[in-house]
Amino acid sequence: MTGYILKRLLSAIPVLLGITVIVFAIMALIPGDPATAILGSYATPENVEKLNRDLGLDKPLVQQYFIWLGNMMGGDFGTSFSLNRPVLDEVVERFGATLVLAGTAFVLCSIFGIVAGVISAANQYGWGDKGITFAVLLGISIPSFFLGMMMILIFAVKLKWFPVSGMWPIYGDRDLWALIRHLTLPAIALAVVATGVIARLSRSAMLEVLRQDFIRTARAKGVHERGVIWRHALKAAMVSIIPVLGIQAGFVLSGAVYIEIVFQWPGVGRMLVDAILKRDILLVQGGVVLVAACYVLFNIAVDVAQSLLDPRIKT
Amino acid sequence: MSITSFTRRGLLAAGTALTLTFGTLTGAQAQTPPGVLIVGQIAEPKSLDPAAVTAVNDFRILMNVYDGLVRYKDGTLEVEPALATDWTISEDGTEYTFTLREGVSFHDGTPFNAEAVKFNFDRMLDESHPFHDTGPFPLAFFFSSVESVEAVDDLTVKFTLSEPYAPFLSNLAYPTGLLVSPAAVEQYGADFGRNPSGTGPFKFAEWRSNEAVVIEANPDYWDGAPELQAVVFRPITDANTRTAEMLAGGIDLMVEVPPVALSEFQGEAYTLHEQAGPHVWFLILNAKEGPFADKLVRQAANYAINKEALVNDVLEGTAEVAAGPTPPAFAWAYNDDLEPYPYDPEKAKELLAEAGAEGAELTFYVTEGGSGMLDPIAMGTAIQADLNAVGFDTKIETYEWNTFLGEVNPGLEGKADMAEMAWMTNDPDTLPFLALRSDAWPDKGGFNSGYYSNPEVDELLEAARVATDQDERAELYKQMQTIVQEDAPWVFVANWKQNAVTSERVENFTLQPSFFLLLDDVVKN
Repeated sequence: MTGYILKRLLSAIPVLLGITVIVFAIMALIPGDPATAILGSYATPENVEKLNRDLGLDKPLVQQYFIWLGNMMGGDFGTSFSLNRPVLDEVVERFGATLVLAGTAFVLCSIFGIVAGVISAANQYGWGDKGITFAVLLGISIPSFFLGMMMILIFAVKLKWFPVSGMWPIYGDRDLWALIRHLTLPAIALAVVATGVIARLSRSAMLEVLRQDFIRTARAKGVHERGVIWRHALKAAMVSIIPVLGIQAGFVLSGAVYIEIVFQWPGVGRMLVDAILKRDILLVQGGVVLVAACYVLFNIAVDVAQSLLDPRIKT
Repeated sequence: MSITSFTRRGLLAAGTALTLTFGTLTGAQAQTPPGVLIVGQIAEPKSLDPAAVTAVNDFRILMNVYDGLVRYKDGTLEVEPALATDWTISEDGTEYTFTLREGVSFHDGTPFNAEAVKFNFDRMLDESHPFHDTGPFPLAFFFSSVESVEAVDDLTVKFTLSEPYAPFLSNLAYPTGLLVSPAAVEQYGADFGRNPSGTGPFKFAEWRSNEAVVIEANPDYWDGAPELQAVVFRPITDANTRTAEMLAGGIDLMVEVPPVALSEFQGEAYTLHEQAGPHVWFLILNAKEGPFADKLVRQAANYAINKEALVNDVLEGTAEVAAGPTPPAFAWAYNDDLEPYPYDPEKAKELLAEAGAEGAELTFYVTEGGSGMLDPIAMGTAIQADLNAVGFDTKIETYEWNTFLGEVNPGLEGKADMAEMAWMTNDPDTLPFLALRSDAWPDKGGFNSGYYSNPEVDELLEAARVATDQDERAELYKQMQTIVQEDAPWVFVANWKQNAVTSERVENFTLQPSFFLLLDDVVKN
């Protein structure tokens, strides 16, 4: 087992190196440079050249890449041009905010999606099923950023139940309640689409299982219908629901970019968008590499967990 | 199925729980406290070191924390004393001697004196200065004519310029000329931008990344303590969200209201502020080659475009029609006799026929957005329609802002016939000097991307730069505007009016033509 984990970790190294090359190349290839972005109208060739020199961007690209890579190995991700603070500090702080938002949305969509799917399947073609199917289709069809804006308009501007934007109140305590108040609207807006997808797939997974013999046996031996559905059937259906959850976790994390912009959530998605527009090379590169490293580690962890649970997977 | 009975019970329980939670969660929204002004900004500031920043967004904070030697008189773009009480200019215009205000201290207690002034400019301009590495200082070239700064005595400082440079005083009034505490720079080094210390009406209190910058009143301010206790600057990059925050009462003052949102703020509860600024939005015409090499065709383009419709319909009244290269906000240097080119498509057709340029094909560079560019795609499309209506054949090419600058700044030759552009400046010298002189062609490091050249204009601009008498300078600029309007190297389109909205709790707020946000007299109830 240890050997397997070690092998997986070693295989991650070329992946991460590949990511550094790609993100560096993309930033070098897109038109415009940080000096032009900083100077705006004043970007004379002379001023641009001087500022690029001050920023250390006048060296050959290959040399720049290795300087960056070398510093990064030593834990130095450089300083952001546009925010004037260490890239690592900024990314870690922002990634934390994204995890709070995406994590909450993921919990919401998993619970509501599975429950809705199970109820739907248990009442196949009944009113409950039709109602849920309609709601789910509606949820899948609304773009999350539009839903977010509408929620702000109704629940924050008109009803004043929730704050419009941000993660913490400008005044008052930064306690859990304050966080929940700020988190409610964006987390729901982010969860809606994934809830719909999970509900649809849970429904079909459940219908599949409900047709099988062991369910008939359970009913025949007199198990209460609630027990049949939630204990016997759902347990079996989870085998095909869990991979769906894994995929949706990825969608929720990437969908957070739109929601972070609409709700001004200080997350890593909004940070990357701002950084790209400002051509903040080091912040984009550092941000992408760190986020990608998290994805890679997460995937390894999932694989390892799966191989522990399912002996059929060779280690 | 018995599952439904479970669901009903479950729903009931869940519903009750939800209602209870909801009650706690939603409780009355906390009112923002009186005496504390919450400003909705458009972005997170880069730094609070005035020498290191370039964005108007950052200037809005800085102008309340720092002072310069001089500043713009309220409601104008004319300089008046600030930390300097008085100054003299030598006959040849190369020596400026300032007398400094006595008894002023930086927020960290460091006394303000001639040495402090010298430290500030040496830090920016002298590469061997021990704190030059706290940069880069992208706008240091505003002071590139400064040869040396000398502390004559404690309260007298002398600047020696390499050549006469009339915009020097208004550059000192620009945020790049704001003065920082030398002791704070020595203490924090490159982190000074997050630990700023100036002499202004407000002191820096706190910077919570991506959340807020808080400044609080400086009770010892030399020009009278401010009315507010504190100001909170919140970065809200999305314009819709900023509008929603204003409507929900989460902010008291919102800058850069998008034109489409203006109607939301018509009621009693809000005040809409507007102020035309030193901004001009124009089309660079390629005077070197193609149809626009002919002055008649350039004039035809000026007649063909319906600028009234652009500012009223596309920009919803957030701009005024421009008459020439100099914005009217520079009241002292603006030529009031200029009338904008009228919208006259018939005249445009006549001129085109006279020049034999009917059906001329044009390549038109349009940008997607960018500093001061207003609504460039919608404007570009409307302009294209107007030009085609008089017989041009206009083809639009759209670029993202940074790419756009990379295409336009090196010159339009061989690529395009016209390009959108906008400038916001602090002195009437800046834009024409950098973008209309023959010596400002791109190959000479300027921004004259359309290769306009008129020796008379060159002469007037050179003369205005070395004239130290304001009336004399004004006269030269006025002549220049008349000639440039006639020559039509650009299509003069619009002067942007900066806008802001305040809630009914805010009093005494006015926007400045400089586009700076000055809050020392503002009251919030």
